[in-house]
Amino acid sequence: MKMPGLIYKGVKNIDGPLVFINNISDVAYDELVSVTTPSGEERLGQVLDVTATSAVVQIFGGTDSLSPADTRARFLGTPLHVPVSKEMLGRVFDGLGRPKDGLPAPLCKDWRDVNGLPINPYAREYPRDFIQTGISSIDLMNTLVRGQKLPIFSGNGLPHNRMAAQIARQAKLLNEKVDFAIVFAAMGVKNDVARFFIDSFEHSGVLNKVAMFLSLADDPSVERLITPRSALTLAEHLAFDEGMHVLVIITDMANYCEALREIATARGEIPSRKGYPGYLYSDLASMYERAGRITGCEGSITQVPILTMPNDDISHPIPDLTGYITEGQIVLERELFQRGIYPPVAGLPSLSRLMKDGIGEGRTRPDHPHVASQLFAAYSKVKEIRSLAAVIGEEELSPIDKLYIKFGQEFEKRIISQGETEDRTIFQSLDIAWEVLKILPRSELLRLSEEELSTYYDQKQSMEKTN
Amino acid sequence: MNGPIVEACQMEHAGMQEVVEVGGLRLLGEVIKVKNGAATIQVYENTSGLKPGEPVYCTGRPLSVLLGPGLLGTIYDGIQRPLERIAQISGSMLKRGEKTDALNLSRKWDFTPVLKVGDEITGGIPFGEVQETESVLHRVMCPPGIAGRIEEIVPAGRYDGKTTLCKVKQADGSLRELTMYHYWPVRRGRPTAARLPLDEPLLCGLRVIDAFFPIAKGGAAAIPGGFGTGKTMTQQAVAKWCDAKIIVYIGCGERGNEMTEVLREFPELIDPRSGRSLMERTILIANTSNMPVAAREVSIYTGITLAEYYRDMGYDVAVMADSTSRWAEALRELSGRLEEMPADEGFPAYLPAKLAGFYERAGKAKTFEGKTGSVSVIGAVSPPGGDFSEPVTQHTSRFIRCFWALDRDLANARHYPAISWLTSYSEYLQEVAMWWKNKDHDWKENRSVLMDILQEENSLQHIAKLVGPDALPDSQRLTLMVAEYIKNAFLQQNSFDKVDMFCSPEKQSWMMKLLVNFTKRARTIIKKGATLADISTMRCLPRILRMKSEIENGDLKAMAAMEQTVNSELDSLERRFGR
Repeated sequence: MKMPGLIYKGVKNIDGPLVFINNISDVAYDELVSVTTPSGEERLGQVLDVTATSAVVQIFGGTDSLSPADTRARFLGTPLHVPVSKEMLGRVFDGLGRPKDGLPAPLCKDWRDVNGLPINPYAREYPRDFIQTGISSIDLMNTLVRGQKLPIFSGNGLPHNRMAAQIARQAKLLNEKVDFAIVFAAMGVKNDVARFFIDSFEHSGVLNKVAMFLSLADDPSVERLITPRSALTLAEHLAFDEGMHVLVIITDMANYCEALREIATARGEIPSRKGYPGYLYSDLASMYERAGRITGCEGSITQVPILTMPNDDISHPIPDLTGYITEGQIVLERELFQRGIYPPVAGLPSLSRLMKDGIGEGRTRPDHPHVASQLFAAYSKVKEIRSLAAVIGEEELSPIDKLYIKFGQEFEKRIISQGETEDRTIFQSLDIAWEVLKILPRSELLRLSEEELSTYYDQKQSMEKTN
Repeated sequence: MNGPIVEACQMEHAGMQEVVEVGGLRLLGEVIKVKNGAATIQVYENTSGLKPGEPVYCTGRPLSVLLGPGLLGTIYDGIQRPLERIAQISGSMLKRGEKTDALNLSRKWDFTPVLKVGDEITGGIPFGEVQETESVLHRVMCPPGIAGRIEEIVPAGRYDGKTTLCKVKQADGSLRELTMYHYWPVRRGRPTAARLPLDEPLLCGLRVIDAFFPIAKGGAAAIPGGFGTGKTMTQQAVAKWCDAKIIVYIGCGERGNEMTEVLREFPELIDPRSGRSLMERTILIANTSNMPVAAREVSIYTGITLAEYYRDMGYDVAVMADSTSRWAEALRELSGRLEEMPADEGFPAYLPAKLAGFYERAGKAKTFEGKTGSVSVIGAVSPPGGDFSEPVTQHTSRFIRCFWALDRDLANARHYPAISWLTSYSEYLQEVAMWWKNKDHDWKENRSVLMDILQEENSLQHIAKLVGPDALPDSQRLTLMVAEYIKNAFLQQNSFDKVDMFCSPEKQSWMMKLLVNFTKRARTIIKKGATLADISTMRCLPRILRMKSEIENGDLKAMAAMEQTVNSELDSLERRFGR
């Protein structure tokens, strides 16, 4: 029997964000704990490890000013739950779902376990609906579909925030007029970054469709572990109970992983690569996999997590493990950025795995798959020729190679680069792609079918000639 | 209690690897350590909310799978719970402690006995047959470990899973009742009469595999590759088109949407051999990355046990394990929670032994009935950072004989399947060459001609990168050109093209012949004084590049016509420069 309200006075050890409590009974794994500091402030914590007589508790508010003798702990008997309701759109919360904008707590419909439950693979609906982001490099070559998780791999100083805000502003479906609800989770980012997103949502008039969960750089790092889960719990409610289409933007996953490492180290766990715990993969998956669609539900969850790759290193455990879970990645490239190209989407390492089923006949335009494939093939050739040109000089290149160099320049200037407020339709993007492909001779365009070439390639050329 | 690891006391009677049910929710778990009366249990479900002091129930049997008709076309989780039925019972989210029979025991099947009263029977011998799907005849076997004389057997008719179909009197006088179903522990390989040498290729319909790095029926292969290099795509393509009778597809720690894709796509695809839906020969095991990690560890054993069961009926079975790295990481996570001493990169020291145990369950075998069956295993490996020197890739490559290394540059250029021809290998080449020889006498030679060109191209590229390709003599530039053709016309395969997604062995050997013939003659013509420009402006070249998608698999006429066009154009060139 649980004795409600039983308060344990005094804890054994305090180590970083962890508190060790002895002589307890009837405590469950993952249970929520309320800890009172000597000065009377109440903080929440969660049981990480439990035996018959002792428990390890991580404290979300940080352990400062706790003292072993005067701290009181009360076990609440449930895992961490957050309130969910449609009313939460338009509001700002902290990582645990408590209002942060000074307004009273919204009327909540339900309290949900932040860890959620895994979706039965049988009940999943395969994502196929094309989302037009208005950004050519995404729409054309790394298409986002509804229910996908597509992270942005970025580096410090690259414009990932501007890009995410642009996606949030412009995302729409081709045939239906449905707006996305946006759930935004920020972990350990600076105050100005959060400000930037709020302003950007405000300017585009979508603020009342956005629920924000902020755990900023000066908030205790443990709270970052819960922030994305609170956000996703709300997203699941909106998508699968309210039937809304939800776009979840999470920034910055690198900070999340660091908080996880901090806890793991404090618990004395055996580290795996770069000090991150061995379960980093499962832990990340428990969040990323909460994107998707469910058979028989109208709504969907599309995730765009942002992560800054430490030292721009894509093989670092955080981007590496993320890439193994998510359905592709948009990689931002410093070199393009330095050349003033926005958005600096790297042509080759970016990928969308669900693209193949979201584009083509009946979805975008029949020539789209082949155009994308051709652009990738040609641009990879451009990269090869550029490295050759760096050795032997551009003058020495064969005429065809020179055309490729020109294609590469135009590709970066016209297809990748675009304005921050420029909202291109997929058809505009495809037309631009054909114009750029026209630089190359017809015989080089092997990935395109004869039919497509005669419809788009030949016609455009003859039109030009008559002009 | 620590995550999925729970310790229970007063467990003196629990056996190692016994299945237990933990707590009020009766979560499934397995005993993995017994010490001083305390048992360490690995729980297959999320243990959130579990408290010290809750009861543990022993079941008295090791972790087993239920075998019998109805497995095909089903999707299971790692411990063989049918996800479709669970979705019907508890909705679209997986709740904990949900239990239901792996197979619908009350479903009735048309059973035909093949033995009669008085016949001798031993384990592995079928006593009846059930048409499980249109394309697969399920042979209802006596479970291994039982032997004797049939006392009673039912006549042909419709029976459900609870009915006793056959009574066997054993040598010690005891009577055993057999139904259509039996249990088998997942961690123990099913016995066979004898292991057989491998001599037949597992044809995958992918040219780079079948022609360059073939796998034998009963062989083991690994597909290592960083993220985005197409491991899953390659495995799905093999699962779709390989000529095994049964496919077991294990999604181990991978994406939920990928399993959904298989689930939605396979029923619509038609097996080119049986003409039936691919789902009729497929069993899916799904433990997606957000499902409990302990069940991930067991999922590959569940999968391979189901495969062995069908092998014992005399079928060729292919197991796709995607990805064994996630399985190894599950081992690491559990090992870490048990506070075991880590070896390489935190992996437990028994990782190689476990990997070896898994891959050794692949093989070709003689069944007790005298038929041959095989289990081929194709395991994806996801090395962190795409670095093949990490422990899982390294240990795996010791226990497999076919290594399909995926290449980041090829994948970036969207050249799929991105199997690198420079770092991959197959040790089954000798074994399957004999099989090919009966089909196509020159297969082995043609293969080595094409391989040589690619190897030579690689070394020429090093020079070309320094001096530019134009500085090379025409004969070498021809090699570069031909290598491009081999890559684009032969190796690259478009899995979305209706024709090109599957390539029959006949078409493959024809394509190889055409390319080899073209290369040899082009070389002679260059020797006779022609320039590369003469060759590279040949009108038939674009057609060579498109032959993979424009010529249908069985269209011999088109192949002959194409061959003639190429030859006649080469003839005229040869005449121009002749003598």
